Amino acid sequence: MTNEQVKSRLIEKFGEALTDFEESYGMLSFHAPKEMNLKVLQFLYDDEALEFRFLTDITGVHYPAQPGAELAVVYHLQNLRTRTRLRFKVFTSVADPKVFTATRLYESANWMERETYDFFGIDFVGHPNLIRILNVDEMDYFPMRKEFPLEDQTRIDKDDEMFGR
Amino acid sequence: MARPVQYNTKIKTVEAPEGYSGEGFFATSFDKVIGMARANSIWPLPFATSCCGIEFMATMSAHYDLGRFGAERLGFTPRQCDLLMVMGTISKKMGPVLRQVYLQMAEPRWVIAVGACASSGGIFDTYSVLQGIDQVIPVDVYVPGCPPRPEAILDGFMRIQQLVGQESLRRRHSDQYKALMNSYGIE
Repeated sequence: MTNEQVKSRLIEKFGEALTDFEESYGMLSFHAPKEMNLKVLQFLYDDEALEFRFLTDITGVHYPAQPGAELAVVYHLQNLRTRTRLRFKVFTSVADPKVFTATRLYESANWMERETYDFFGIDFVGHPNLIRILNVDEMDYFPMRKEFPLEDQTRIDKDDEMFGR
Repeated sequence: MARPVQYNTKIKTVEAPEGYSGEGFFATSFDKVIGMARANSIWPLPFATSCCGIEFMATMSAHYDLGRFGAERLGFTPRQCDLLMVMGTISKKMGPVLRQVYLQMAEPRWVIAVGACASSGGIFDTYSVLQGIDQVIPVDVYVPGCPPRPEAILDGFMRIQQLVGQESLRRRHSDQYKALMNSYGIE
């Protein structure tokens, strides 16, 4: 199955809704509206020709320069039979970071969505247990967002010479 | 013919504390004799998470041999151990675990922070790393280095021995010590 076939099948089904098709390093990727993320996933899962039954990864990206679409959720899918891989992004605003959960469709989304929530603060609507997973519970910020200060520039308790800074 | 090796003449014994001795008796103070006993039979609890822990394994092994100092029994449990050796990066999520291990140890207890990470967070000024274990438990001796050589760990250990040997039996009842513990929220 080639990327062209996947792309034409998707356009056949969703038409103009999917945008920004591109192939980087041989992997097809595109953008989808966030309201449609489950429809796209379900179609990719069910379709006889596509059969993307393995959710490889969910992660987030923070684009502070895009007002209204600061946060992206990236889905990586794989067809285990033909070994075809696919990636798509949905965008949401940082003020209202709500995205539908994929846990009903893919069991593996549970852990990965919790992690994405932990680091980017994306609120997966319908997730059964959306609490922090790798960081301490009392943390009140989302460390992988680009608004997180990398280090306290004013601290003097570490000798710069010793720590190569 | 003389035997090639008669007996080991290089054995070092601990010097007896000051005291009064006479025919059939020896008298000294509790402080001194208990301090001597404690200092020369420390049971360390290695809490090793990364490279410093590997360096500590060398400290335990034959070449450096921590057992020379009476610290033969390393217990991987707070039960009956009296020296907590924290070696390696402690993440914030690990903090409560470390604190619980410390709290489960019985008094008297001491703590060594080995290496830059345990002492100050090291190069990891990040959201996840505890910037020094002294934010959650009190520390007696800091060993510098990244990671420190086994000699440095031994030096830190011998400093602990000095502390232990000279410590007043009442130190842990002092107001200063209680204030220190209270500052960490420990009764």
